[in-house]
Amino acid sequence: MRLKVYPIAAVFLILIAANLQPAVASTLVYCSEGSPETFNPQLSASGTTFDASSRQIYNRLVEFKLGTTEIVPGLALRWDISEDGLEYTFYLRKKVSFHSTKYFTPSRDFNADDVLYSFNRQRNTSAPWYKVSGGVYKYFNDMGFNKLIRDVIKLDDYRIKIVLNKPDSPFLSNMAMDFASILSKEYADSVMKAGRPEQLDIKPVGTGPFMFVKYEKDAFIRYRAHPGYWRGREKLDKLVFAITVDPSVRYARLRTGECQVMAYPLPTDIKSMKKNPAIKVAEQPGLNTAYWAFNVRKAPFDQARVRQAMNYAINRQAILDVIYQGTGKIADSVIPPTIWSWKALDNVYVYNPDRAKKLLAEAGFAGGFDTNIWAMPVQRPYNPNARKMAELIQQDLSKIGIKANIVTYEWGTYLKKSREGEHQTILLGWTGDNGDPDNFFSPLLSCAAAETGNNRSFWCNKEFDDLISLARVEQEQGKRKKLYRRAEVIFKQEAPWMTIAHSVRYQAYLKSVQGLKMDPFGGIYFSGVSLK
Amino acid sequence: MSQLLLRRLLLIVPGVLGITALTFFLIRLAPGDPILLLAGERGVSAERYAELQHQFGFDQPLFIQFTDYLWQVLNGDLGTSVVTQTPVLEEFGKLFPATLELAVIAMIIATLIAIPAGVLAAVKRNTLIDHCVTAISLVGYSMPIFWWALLLILLFSVNLGWMPVAGRLNFIYDIQSVTGFMLIDTLLAGDQDAFLDALHHLVLPAIVLATIPLAVITRMTRSSMLEVLKQDYIRTARAKGLSEYSVIFKHALRNALIPVITVIGLQISILMTGAILTETIFSWPGIGKWILEAVYRRDYPVVQGGVLLMAGLVILVNTTVDLLYVVINPALRKQK
Repeated sequence: MRLKVYPIAAVFLILIAANLQPAVASTLVYCSEGSPETFNPQLSASGTTFDASSRQIYNRLVEFKLGTTEIVPGLALRWDISEDGLEYTFYLRKKVSFHSTKYFTPSRDFNADDVLYSFNRQRNTSAPWYKVSGGVYKYFNDMGFNKLIRDVIKLDDYRIKIVLNKPDSPFLSNMAMDFASILSKEYADSVMKAGRPEQLDIKPVGTGPFMFVKYEKDAFIRYRAHPGYWRGREKLDKLVFAITVDPSVRYARLRTGECQVMAYPLPTDIKSMKKNPAIKVAEQPGLNTAYWAFNVRKAPFDQARVRQAMNYAINRQAILDVIYQGTGKIADSVIPPTIWSWKALDNVYVYNPDRAKKLLAEAGFAGGFDTNIWAMPVQRPYNPNARKMAELIQQDLSKIGIKANIVTYEWGTYLKKSREGEHQTILLGWTGDNGDPDNFFSPLLSCAAAETGNNRSFWCNKEFDDLISLARVEQEQGKRKKLYRRAEVIFKQEAPWMTIAHSVRYQAYLKSVQGLKMDPFGGIYFSGVSLK
Repeated sequence: MSQLLLRRLLLIVPGVLGITALTFFLIRLAPGDPILLLAGERGVSAERYAELQHQFGFDQPLFIQFTDYLWQVLNGDLGTSVVTQTPVLEEFGKLFPATLELAVIAMIIATLIAIPAGVLAAVKRNTLIDHCVTAISLVGYSMPIFWWALLLILLFSVNLGWMPVAGRLNFIYDIQSVTGFMLIDTLLAGDQDAFLDALHHLVLPAIVLATIPLAVITRMTRSSMLEVLKQDYIRTARAKGLSEYSVIFKHALRNALIPVITVIGLQISILMTGAILTETIFSWPGIGKWILEAVYRRDYPVVQGGVLLMAGLVILVNTTVDLLYVVINPALRKQK
């Protein structure tokens, strides 16, 4: 009798054990495109580095709502802006814990000291921290924070005030950028004390959804969910970046399930991916614009009519079909449609060679003229093949009697020489940083940019310039939108550029991946993602 | 012998020095300013440019930069990567085992197949077997590696599912890196499954990397064997009534191997430096990919240090092969 009890008991025990066993840890493998330069986003300007650091490990005071360019509270619960637009007071979130890792155990929660440290490391050129790890704070300087910020003041443990030198409405958007991530002061102090300050930038500690576990250069990065994440623990237990440089190999790994998400699919692979029932392809216009700029300092491009003629002379649809192969969208505006101030324009240029000829004749160039087209030597996110694009433009120009020869240089030289205005016309583009319209208008088309040469057409229009300067200090979004609309009308009429295209960005992942959103800035966030 | 050794070792010095100078000036002659490349479309102001130049030490005259660099190298410091801010030597140390592991396995595959194949082709000269071996090795030698690797991946990994696509180990295994050699580390960790998985991951990249050396060694073995088989002492051996096995493997092969070893030595250096494509495709974290990327980014310290270390290694391998040659060939030993 006793013997018979054993099997039943055993079955029960097994059942109990099975129930007690924790659910299988869910691990997501992402085939990323390269190795990060560092794990401190302050030191880099590369999307690959941001994907591996700021976007999984850190938080910012304000953040972009995932999948949009909209600003939402991050480590700051809320903020006040003074009447004059010079003082921003941030009210910090309480009970936010830093990662507790093998190499650091925090003794306190996040507070104002961490904010102070994170900004002062990039600001105080004389402080010992400034020079650590090369001390090149690219974005902090590029976005003008070194000149814009007068002071960062700790009001109390949970209030921080940032004082600006002049009002600046893109400031909040900039505060959501990767370089404004918040690092732990306590950790910084501990590694400094140990005489290994660089460790801060190699073995990161943040407040974000995932914590760093291990990195092997050119091989992989391992993360683990941050158990005490203030937005709630992630559904994924582990996250792995499998560094895979070749896009065809990334696709092969996706197909065999070695990874569930892949970075940057090849445009030529998109068709086959869409046919694969296990794979989902998401797409979104990238935050970029490719343009063809005319140097207004050189005749005959000093005449608006000639520049307009150029806009009519080129068949942009053909460029889209041949160069972008369906991975682009015709650009009529300076800014891409993912930016909040974008709205379809009423009057856009349509391919019309006759109209172009007429305009040329009116400008006194009925017989055409000779010019050059500068074409970039490299592939960029906004332009897959500038050289071939220049050839198409060259053909279209020959139809209206303009003889153009194509010029190209090594990339660094190309940028330098064109900044000095050696070109007559040039192909170039821009990728946005913060989702603010000013981030396109000011650096590319302002009179100040014509001085530095970033404005490759060197076009400086007082009315246009006043409008974008006003829009930069205006706080109210509705009013800013109207100012930018008016600026765009002038831009179209004056035609310092021909806007070419916004390239479409793709993301490919297995259908078992849930909740992955496309980031308009071109990055990837695994917060909120789960596996079915 | 010791005199020869000393002479060979002394020759390394001008070799390494020459390579250092060549790399240092060539990478600077190549168009492309690292600061401008770093800045991209956004550009950099003149004052910021000057500041960065100073920070990287590019504002010094080139000759001063070179002598500074030499002094640094003599003190065992290869500098710090401009991109990652990590010491070059440290990065090299982390990546080199992966390259070496792959190269060794590839070399083992290549020699184990090539030598018997070459011998077979020579012995069965002008038969179908000989023609097949010659044809296959010719194809192997002219195979575009990139295409060949993708073909193997598509066939064995994607379609048949027999092999992993890329990487060194499945991510379910988390092995502590001790030596950097995955096969050894998995054994140290006592994880048999991980060891087998690491071996599994080595198959395709090793085959791809072995392809060209395999072809070269096969052809070398074949022609060297043919040469030896014509010799009088082989006829004598046969006349003595030795078995064919004994004639081929004891008398012919040992003599035929001398030039083959030279070729193997040369192939090892080619494998180390030529692994760029294989490493890129199979996401193999090795030296080839590292140096290539540094060239793209004009990361001067990494290019200089990486090339210097690889060149030193190649010189070392070649010297060893030369010395080995002397050991194998008694005739040479007497001459010197």
